Amino acid sequence: MILITCPHCGPRDQDEFSYAGDATKTRPADPASATAAEWHSYVYLRDNPAGPHLEFWHHIHGCRRFVKVLRDVTTHEVLACGGPDDPLETPR
Amino acid sequence: MILGRIKDVNACRLPTGGEIDRRRALSFTFDGRSYTGYQGDTLASALLANGVTLVGRSFKYHRPRGIFSAGPEEPNALVELRRGGRLEPNTRATMAELFHGLEATSQNRWPSLAFDAMELNDLAGRFLVAGFYYKTFMGFPGWHFYEKRIRAAAGMGRGTNEPDPDSYERMSAHCDVLVVGGGPSGLAAALTAGRSGARVILVEETNGLGGRLRSERETLDSAPAMRWVESVRAELESLPEVRILSRTTAFGYYDDNLIGAVERVADHIVAPAPHVPRQRLWHVRAARVVLATGAIERHIAFTNNDRPGVMLAGAARSYVNRFAVRPGRRAVVVANNDDGYRTALDLKAAGVDVIQVVDPRPPGTSDWRARCDAAGVETVDHAAVTKVHGRLAVIGCEVTRLDGSARSHFEPCDLVAVSGGWSPAVHLHTHALGGIEWNDGLAAFVPGMARQAHVSVGAARGIYGLSDCLTDGFKAGTDAAASAGFATGALPDTPTADAPAERPVRAFWSVGTGKRRFVDLQDDVTVDDIALAHREGFVSVEHLKRYTTLGMGTDQGKTSNIIGHALMAEARGEPIPQVGTTRFRPPYTPVAMGTFAGGDRRRHHTPVRRSAMHDWHADHGAVFVEAGHWLRPQYYLAPDEPDGKASMDAAITREVQSVRNAVGLVDVSTLGKIDIQGPDAGELLNRLYANGFKTLAIGKARYGLMLREDGIVHDDGTTTRLAENHYLMTTTTAHAGDVLAQIEWYLQVVWPDLKAHACSVTEQWSAMALAGPKARAVLADAVDDGTDVSDATLPFMGVTAARIADVPVRIFRISFSGELSYEVNAPADWGPRVWGALMASGQPYGIRPYGTEAMGILRIEKGHVTHAELDGRVTLDDAGMGRMASTKKCFVGSGMLNKPAYVNPARPKLVGLVPADGRTRIPAGSILVEDPDAALPMDKLGHVSSSAYLSPTVGHPIALGFVSGGLARKGETVWAVFPLRGLKIQVRVTEPVFVDPEGERLRG
Ligand SMILES: [Zn+2]
Repeated sequence: MILITCPHCGPRDQDEFSYAGDATKTRPADPASATAAEWHSYVYLRDNPAGPHLEFWHHIHGCRRFVKVLRDVTTHEVLACGGPDDPLETPR
Repeated sequence: MILGRIKDVNACRLPTGGEIDRRRALSFTFDGRSYTGYQGDTLASALLANGVTLVGRSFKYHRPRGIFSAGPEEPNALVELRRGGRLEPNTRATMAELFHGLEATSQNRWPSLAFDAMELNDLAGRFLVAGFYYKTFMGFPGWHFYEKRIRAAAGMGRGTNEPDPDSYERMSAHCDVLVVGGGPSGLAAALTAGRSGARVILVEETNGLGGRLRSERETLDSAPAMRWVESVRAELESLPEVRILSRTTAFGYYDDNLIGAVERVADHIVAPAPHVPRQRLWHVRAARVVLATGAIERHIAFTNNDRPGVMLAGAARSYVNRFAVRPGRRAVVVANNDDGYRTALDLKAAGVDVIQVVDPRPPGTSDWRARCDAAGVETVDHAAVTKVHGRLAVIGCEVTRLDGSARSHFEPCDLVAVSGGWSPAVHLHTHALGGIEWNDGLAAFVPGMARQAHVSVGAARGIYGLSDCLTDGFKAGTDAAASAGFATGALPDTPTADAPAERPVRAFWSVGTGKRRFVDLQDDVTVDDIALAHREGFVSVEHLKRYTTLGMGTDQGKTSNIIGHALMAEARGEPIPQVGTTRFRPPYTPVAMGTFAGGDRRRHHTPVRRSAMHDWHADHGAVFVEAGHWLRPQYYLAPDEPDGKASMDAAITREVQSVRNAVGLVDVSTLGKIDIQGPDAGELLNRLYANGFKTLAIGKARYGLMLREDGIVHDDGTTTRLAENHYLMTTTTAHAGDVLAQIEWYLQVVWPDLKAHACSVTEQWSAMALAGPKARAVLADAVDDGTDVSDATLPFMGVTAARIADVPVRIFRISFSGELSYEVNAPADWGPRVWGALMASGQPYGIRPYGTEAMGILRIEKGHVTHAELDGRVTLDDAGMGRMASTKKCFVGSGMLNKPAYVNPARPKLVGLVPADGRTRIPAGSILVEDPDAALPMDKLGHVSSSAYLSPTVGHPIALGFVSGGLARKGETVWAVFPLRGLKIQVRVTEPVFVDPEGERLRG
């Protein structure tokens, strides 16, 4: 079980979190003008990199903040943690 | 248990020595016969002491098997331990500590251990080669037909169907240095780490410290090495930050230095004391880990190397030195390394007649060899044992010169002690994704690069000399403490050990060409099976494993994997590192399921949520149903009414009728309630809900539908504006948690600029719905101070604050049943008081509590959807609510609404369904089809989502469902089929609202 460093609570066991999806996707900033292709990409398209991956974890049994995590999905190594706005190190 | 009169035979027990306490005799039974052992014995050593060498039958061929090892690697001596609910199959006799009253049974034999009818499998062995089952039984009628029969014939121990009477618990711990293994290297590491003041946990699998030293005649500074162990133990116990966990196996090394361990708290006694768990699961998060897991000896594959009496050489030493048991009278030792000479000397010292040490290596010299010469132990160079004779026990073996210079000769003996070299126990290292490297000098894989904060020491990394192990351990403990931030002193001086010069091991995996040269004893995999796998192209070690089952037993191939992989390398003509090895996975040794479950058993597995009114319901005949974690009243029985189908139908009918005709009260505390506040709370809701929320006035409620980003309906509920910047949202019971998570997601990640906060208040409020034509009259009587609840003051979708029975409440005029209805919220603990007051006020009006069944029928009659309809596949249009979607704003999911699949007119849409014959029930889950007798596979038109077996209001069964084309089919008939129950019901498509389509009742 990995340790995730919540910016608000410090290092905590994965048990306290719920996985909350790919953090590389951004919701169209202007939903009114976003194209069908942009919505399709936001809703459905996900990369599956063998290596570092940016993702959100929700600290549901803690402060209930969303934590952005850079994690190597081949080793489970957590490379960086931050808030939703922190760029962290983008993979590849 | 009847143990009878015990004769203390112990015919094979040595008169002196060993760790056993001869003053404490323990009675035990094996296959119903009584025996005696001593405190300090394992089941295996006690059986050997009593001359019992046949203890089991093999998995596939049912060959007689004995005790092969003295440790956790045991492949053969698997027994059923205890009985009843405590029966545990496949227990390794070598790891089971003896206790008074222990009951063990051999397994996988019928009718008896000495005569097993299934041994015929052995004669048919040439048919039961690798892959045989798959090749032979995969055709018609298929594997599944044969599987049961094959598994019955080839098997392990039996489980029990009785509940486990014991309890288990879980512990979490953090430490600076975790040391796995209490042998010399581990003790040395724990000592230096402990002296630094670091928090140290030392985990040891057996019941005491010392590891291999318990089984050896080693000395340190000219004293028995165990004295050094004792002094270290005493010092460790005196250090306040050091904790020693004995009888504890570290079985898995997980991410971020988390080690899973199982502590066998009470397996060494007949049953746990009251309130003491049988086993305890440890989660240890360590800054640094020192793996002092030792090494595991392997055997050599020669014909009949599985017979009872063939034993690992190191194990034979354990039995004479640690347990004072003579595992045989006449021994032949075969070893490709100097450890065999040590075994020969120890056996001889214990009075065993050691006939020969057979060494496959060419002639050479070493200190050990010289000691054998001096002790008069005969040695044969460049030779091997090629075949064992005897069936239920070894009666002799054939010794063959490897250079062909002489014919094989027969040596009568009853013990063949075999050493094929030692393999470092790299299991935990590889769990942690550490690499392994082939070491030619050791003929073994040793730990390579570590990926986590751990280091392997001593035999676990191929260092076998005692002094070297201690030095390695001292340094590793110091380094670990230092890197965990502790100041460490100078390394202690290493005590002087006997360090005879050794010759290197010679890689030697199998010999001869005979049959029944076993590689994996537990899975009955032979040298021929490996060769067959190679011929058939299963040449990767991962394929080899699956095809032959090599290493797939409960021992996970601890003694055998490397032999199989080396033989595959030979067959491929490639070096071993190129062929590689399979990855070790947790657990290192089997762990009982109960240990993982811990306290999460039965009702403790998940919390039970009860509303504040639960006791009232229970006192008034409620029959409860589980709804998620909640217990909700399903229906209420009268005091004299027996529970049963007829009573249930009657109860539901009267509950529905009382709501339609008078008044009813239902507990809706389980609905999710989310308090949303802030200047942008309204904007947030407007973006979350598909319908408009901008215009919601203070003091008003509005029904809202929430989509997911993919345009599918997520949840529905009413949201009330309590004040300018204060809203109360309700969700369905099922989605209370994930709707809150979704709101948090948008507030924190997507729209962090919105000034709003959301908080679950589900537990803070008791909620009840008062529904029926007389609801207003009841409410008017119930509210304090004559608060006005008239239609003018509290219209449909209005909200007001009031007091009932002196309790401040919120009253929402909303309706799920379709009747005039008020939802009353009271501070949670005051719910029962308000409930009681409403029931009392309702008495003159014929009020009746109603449960989830009546609630379900009421809403189906009204065509209201729930999670049964909003099942994660349904759009607003599908649910007949497309017109509610705002066209004036963007909202969550609006970007997807025009997806081609969503606007396909053939999509199933919400409809009502009634039986064409006016009386047949339409079960939910039925599939809707055009022609129930059409050829399969037939196209489906939709499905039935909710069903009221009897609508008391309409007078016949009704249902809601989704049918392709929706209400365009109104009036048509289709078929509802339920093939599993053989049902074909003709149904007519109707409007989904069966009662009061104009909504006059709820506005009344
Ligand atoms: Zn947190």
